[in-house]
Amino acid sequence: MIKAVQKLITWSRLKSPWIIHFNTGACNACDIEIVAALTPTYDLERFGVQLKGTPRHADVLLCSGPVTRQIKDRLVRIYEQLPEPKFVVAVGTCACSGGVFEGCYNMLSGIDEAIPVNAYIPGCPASPDAIIDGITKLLKSFEESEAKKLTKAGG
Amino acid sequence: MAKKLVIPIGPQHPALKEPASFDVTLQGEKVENILVKLGYNHRGIEKACENKPYLHDLYLIERVCGICSHSHATCFLQAVEEIAGLNVPMRAKYIRSIIGEMERIHSHLLWLGVAAHEIGFDTLLMYTWRDREIIMDLLALLTGNRVNYAVNILGGVRKDISEEEKGQILKAMDVLEERTKYYAHVATEEITIKKRLSKVGYLSPEDAVKMGAVGPTGRASKITRDIRAEDKYAAYGEVDFKVISDDNCDVFGRAVVRIGELMESYSIIRQLIKKLPVTPLKVPAPLRIPAGEAISRYEAPRGEDIHYVRANGTDKPERVKLRAPTLANVQSVSTMLQKGYLADVTIVIAAIDPCFSCTDRMIVAVNGKDEMTWKQLRQHSIDWYKKNRGVDFTKVKLGIK
Repeated sequence: MIKAVQKLITWSRLKSPWIIHFNTGACNACDIEIVAALTPTYDLERFGVQLKGTPRHADVLLCSGPVTRQIKDRLVRIYEQLPEPKFVVAVGTCACSGGVFEGCYNMLSGIDEAIPVNAYIPGCPASPDAIIDGITKLLKSFEESEAKKLTKAGG
Repeated sequence: MAKKLVIPIGPQHPALKEPASFDVTLQGEKVENILVKLGYNHRGIEKACENKPYLHDLYLIERVCGICSHSHATCFLQAVEEIAGLNVPMRAKYIRSIIGEMERIHSHLLWLGVAAHEIGFDTLLMYTWRDREIIMDLLALLTGNRVNYAVNILGGVRKDISEEEKGQILKAMDVLEERTKYYAHVATEEITIKKRLSKVGYLSPEDAVKMGAVGPTGRASKITRDIRAEDKYAAYGEVDFKVISDDNCDVFGRAVVRIGELMESYSIIRQLIKKLPVTPLKVPAPLRIPAGEAISRYEAPRGEDIHYVRANGTDKPERVKLRAPTLANVQSVSTMLQKGYLADVTIVIAAIDPCFSCTDRMIVAVNGKDEMTWKQLRQHSIDWYKKNRGVDFTKVKLGIK
């Protein structure tokens, strides 16, 4: 592909990372913090982040909570519906490692047992500041990897 | 006659913030029947509680639900303290009540925003969530965390409220009261909202009793019951407050009740701060709780929360059972939606302020045939989806390494 077009696509991806939020068995704490991050005080929308209703419109999957056995298959289906390139962010300690629910009979320990994860945001619950930090770091790493690819293609 | 149509909503759906599944049977545009399916959020907390000491259980119980974490923790502790015969000092009771009321304020503001979002009024969502940050900052100041406060410990509370903090609380209450008056004006007098919410999700007082509706859902249907007034746990015996109820019996009534409760909460916090007695913060609690059992009730933001604890003399409980308010309220959804429209489904579900992470407990009916092992239950669920939804979950595989 022409370099300029590739650059344009990368730019638009970086400026409008649409997210979908999926509760994979969390206690709602991380979920309300994700919504809090999207509302005026923290205003995640200034990075072009918008919450979408369907996985087919989204680039980033925000998962909160350790995965319950009942939700695991649904999580995999949602992950497969995301268009490429897709990113998964595990929000909260439970989503990273199982947290307090470690050892419960109906639980996996963390999102990465079900699907691959790109960024981990710890905290119980992860505060809106931490969520914003995580998302911007994710975007930065994407930008760097795309820039590397471009220089490689350009020789 | 139009053909009957079954529309599945969930577990992932833009209108639901949590995984729960609803099968809506439609006759044309009208809802004929709605089937609620829970269990996506079942984590096995009750069982996990039996394997951990009481102090660890407290942290686990707090994470039953992030929105009403203090309610569950206090309710559990009240039961344990009753068994152990601990006399919680008055100041600790006051602080528990103050944090509990703050939790109610944040939960009701949150609900107001979510309900406004469901009817497409996103401006109100942004307004209420902006103001909710005032109370979140206050909670962070008082307890150190925005959501799971962990202010309770067995026998009291772990943190005091200082004089400066008192001033800040009172100042925040003034700001919030002013803003809530504006929301009361918008949500109860604005003609578009009034028309959208009136006569939607009607639940008659008789049905409310029959379906066991609790909390604001019941109070909007003329059931004037409030555990704070009936049971007078913590410091509620020492403050004056009205039990808000409404006779609209619809979604509009539920909004009116919640806004009224916000105003009451501000007044309760002011009274508690004014009267805050000077006593120690906690009494020493034993590690081993003597054998016994207790039931404790608590008015969570969504309604009556019940915890049952049985102790056997060791440092771990023998049985913990909890029933969250949403489990009582979710039954009434199908009654509310009788002869309603498809477009009303999301707002009616949102109007009971559902919290499915509170709700998802497991019950095994032990009468011969109905008994299922975990494996059988799992197989039953897979078969059910194959037959009724045409989804074969055993074939879903990841195309990644």
